[in-house]
Amino acid sequence: MNRSPRRDLIVGLFVLAGLAALAYLSMNVGGLTFRNQGGLMLYASFDEIGGLKPRAPVVIAGVKVGQVVDIVLDDDYRARVRMDLRRDLKLPVDSTASIVTAGLLGDQYISIQVGGDDRYLENGGTITMTESALSLERLIGKFIYSFERGGNGSDKASDGGKP
Amino acid sequence: MRFGTRPVLIDFSCEFPGGRISVVLGGSGAGKTTILRLIGGLIQPQEGRIWVAGTNVVGLSERQLYEVRRKLGMMFQGGALLNSLTVYENLAFPLREHTQLSEQEIAERVHATLAAVGLRDVDHLLPGELSGGMIKRVALARAILRDPQILLCDEPFSGLDPISVKRIEALLRRINQERGITMIVSSHHIPSTMRMAHHVVLLWDHKAVQGTPQELASSPDPQIADFFNEELHEEGVREPQHTPVHRW
Amino acid sequence: MTRFIADLGYATIRFILELGRIAAFAADVGRAVITPPARVGAFVAELFNIGVLSLLIICVSGAAVGMVLGLQGYNTLVRFGAEESLGAVVGLSLIRELGPVLTALLTTGRAGSATTAEIGTMVATEQLDGLRMLAIDPVHLVVAPKTLAMVAAMPLLSALFIVCGLAGGYLVGVALMGVDAGNYVSSLQNAVDFRDDVLGSVLKAFVFGILVGLISTFRGYTCQPTSAGVSAATTSTVVVGSVSVLLFDYIITALWGV
Repeated sequence: MNRSPRRDLIVGLFVLAGLAALAYLSMNVGGLTFRNQGGLMLYASFDEIGGLKPRAPVVIAGVKVGQVVDIVLDDDYRARVRMDLRRDLKLPVDSTASIVTAGLLGDQYISIQVGGDDRYLENGGTITMTESALSLERLIGKFIYSFERGGNGSDKASDGGKP
Repeated sequence: MRFGTRPVLIDFSCEFPGGRISVVLGGSGAGKTTILRLIGGLIQPQEGRIWVAGTNVVGLSERQLYEVRRKLGMMFQGGALLNSLTVYENLAFPLREHTQLSEQEIAERVHATLAAVGLRDVDHLLPGELSGGMIKRVALARAILRDPQILLCDEPFSGLDPISVKRIEALLRRINQERGITMIVSSHHIPSTMRMAHHVVLLWDHKAVQGTPQELASSPDPQIADFFNEELHEEGVREPQHTPVHRW
Repeated sequence: MTRFIADLGYATIRFILELGRIAAFAADVGRAVITPPARVGAFVAELFNIGVLSLLIICVSGAAVGMVLGLQGYNTLVRFGAEESLGAVVGLSLIRELGPVLTALLTTGRAGSATTAEIGTMVATEQLDGLRMLAIDPVHLVVAPKTLAMVAAMPLLSALFIVCGLAGGYLVGVALMGVDAGNYVSSLQNAVDFRDDVLGSVLKAFVFGILVGLISTFRGYTCQPTSAGVSAATTSTVVVGSVSVLLFDYIITALWGV
């Protein structure tokens, strides 16, 4: 079969366009990243993660700084969440991670409240102060319970350094 | 040899002398093309043996057949040229596939072979732009390009005007004389057969009747003798429209 | 009654024989693909015929499907006040299902039928036998590049279909219906997962490419050497190709969970 430079060029452009579309779908839409190794890996354990899923965003003050990589059950039957954050992030060791919901019924994500300590979390470190997901039904249940008891507001199912 | 339930050749046996022109004669559907395709290994018989240049081609794998076919050239009825390639490319690419020749040597060989069949300045034409006679000659050029020992010609005269028939006939005779190629030609064209054939295989009732053209024309079987003489007689009238051409 | 059962038996036997022939053919094609010399020129030419020439129909259809999805999705979602999820609806339907499946169906009709007709004509005019007599394997020279080009083109075409669809959905949702642009994009990005959705989509397109490539070349290669045979083979490619794409879509979805 004979070759023709013009046709070859057009085919080359077609392949490039197709690959660009694939790359766009994978990386921009699909969220595939090749910097998993390079980012700041942090862990956090929660009693209850509600509807949190891998790839949920991790935000500080509403700004996305990373995402959840995976979630496993640890030996204490708590959910151990691995997060991949921006490399240049310096988080004090007393920062708090909480699972919050976008709107009333929206997706859940992790919000980090930055603490004030001088020491910073290393790569692979664990955020010890966590706040579990709020389940709406449980919240209502709790509200009714505390209302009956005479309104001694409960702490929000928190558990920082549990022994 | 059967196709489905229709038997074509039964207990069939014949041979073709080396270095000579043999013509396979027979009516439509008698199995002329089938014999050539059997020799080329394009179809396999239900049973039997076919010796081609010292090799039995029955039961060979496609890969083994390729070895045998290096000694064979075949000129198809419709030319069978790749219609997406130019005439030059049609001839050049088998050489590129099978030889280590440089582009220049390939060009020389292609042009020499085209000249041998009386064609020039057709390099850049596509098969669709050629006349029937030119297609036959390009097909012949492609078949003899690699100096085969045996040349199979399927209906080389079909669909041609009387002048083109004479021209192809002369070409085949010259190539046979110059190169000593064994030729097996399928045809139902009696006059050219009488002129060019050294040996005739007549397909008669699923069997072969062999001999020189003269022997067959003066056959003791009156039907066979008639077959030759009648056709000869009617030749002048029937020639221009006598062949069904299969072009799709 | 026995007649019916006998007919059923005959049909079953024929079906199984046909499957066996396709499998043997697929093995031949696979062997031809890895046998040198590589037919780069033929492959590029086929990529042009199958890929580049299908580009227009793929992009236009993709954009049209995306726009319809945007409109239908918006009209349904707005009832629940969830129109900010439009990006997710358009994106997931396109990436998981509509992109690969519609691309495969369109390609079957546009390029698969042409492939069958081309090879079938070569069979009918003895071109493939001519190659055999030249000791050139027609599967290697003609069939394998076509099949391979179909396999290579399908994921690329499907990805382009999806991108055009996303743009069409964006156009209708954001520009026409007034969904917030940021919401459209972020709901799209949050809903679509690389492994589950994008990779599954590429896998589907890849499998469909193999299916359509093999079916269209097989139908052409085994067609009856008459003009009626070529036209029957072309029809059969479109019918069998489309049905097997839809069947395999279900199978992959069930297995992969896409």
